[in-house]
Amino acid sequence: MSDCADTLRELEPFLDGELADEVRHHVHHHLDSCPDCQQAFEFHLELKEAIRRKCSEEALPESLVSRLEVCLTEDFDGDGVIGNGP
Amino acid sequence: MADRSDFAATAMEFAPQLYSAALRMTRNRADAEDLVQETMLRGYRSFHTFTEGTNLRAWLFRILTNVYINRYRAAQRRPDESDLADVEDMYLYRRVPSMESAAASLSAEEQFLDLFTDDEVKTALENLPESFRLPVLLADVEGFAYREIAEMLDVPIGTVMSRLHRGRKAMQRELYEYAQKKGLTT
Repeated sequence: MSDCADTLRELEPFLDGELADEVRHHVHHHLDSCPDCQQAFEFHLELKEAIRRKCSEEALPESLVSRLEVCLTEDFDGDGVIGNGP
Repeated sequence: MADRSDFAATAMEFAPQLYSAALRMTRNRADAEDLVQETMLRGYRSFHTFTEGTNLRAWLFRILTNVYINRYRAAQRRPDESDLADVEDMYLYRRVPSMESAAASLSAEEQFLDLFTDDEVKTALENLPESFRLPVLLADVEGFAYREIAEMLDVPIGTVMSRLHRGRKAMQRELYEYAQKKGLTT
């Protein structure tokens, strides 16, 4: 496996960390000698990272923290009161 | 066997991630809160089935996905796979040259993909039909392995891969449409 079409076919499983060692090694080998494929792989790696960065970790709303405190009877916000504290 | 009294403290660590994923799934805050509450409650009740030392995050996301599919999917049913037009491979990448003048105005630290706002990327993901949105969310945002996603969605790994492929292309097309609307293309 050395040409561009074969390598690009493995782009997604490669970036997802799902390739077997042997295939991953072939991809690396091709990328080392092919700037075009390397550029395509880098773009898609950046895209995957941008999607993760821009779509993750929204702040937990206080209303949800209070509801969870009630169901799980635990004082998560440390105000000494379970649920909607003063 | 895991002790239920440990659940609240250990599981709360993952609540922000669960809530973010719930927002992308339900696309509204009220349903996302309900979904996370239901997930945590089910996790608490069935914590005795969790094997200590295994991945609690994956276990909670499996519950989240199940609750979402069972409770919310029926209510939100809308045109699905047939709705997703076939898009060429590397759709966005092939159009980078048409956006180069916009990219050239970025400072050195900014990346090309910073041309898109957080809200645009979130909306592009949320607009995917559900059977594509869940695999992309679980793989690209949450970083789960194909095998884990296949278990969560109860589909074969090959189906996960093909839905990821089509979903990603459709999302790229939507991002390109935002770029066009913002006048970033030539």
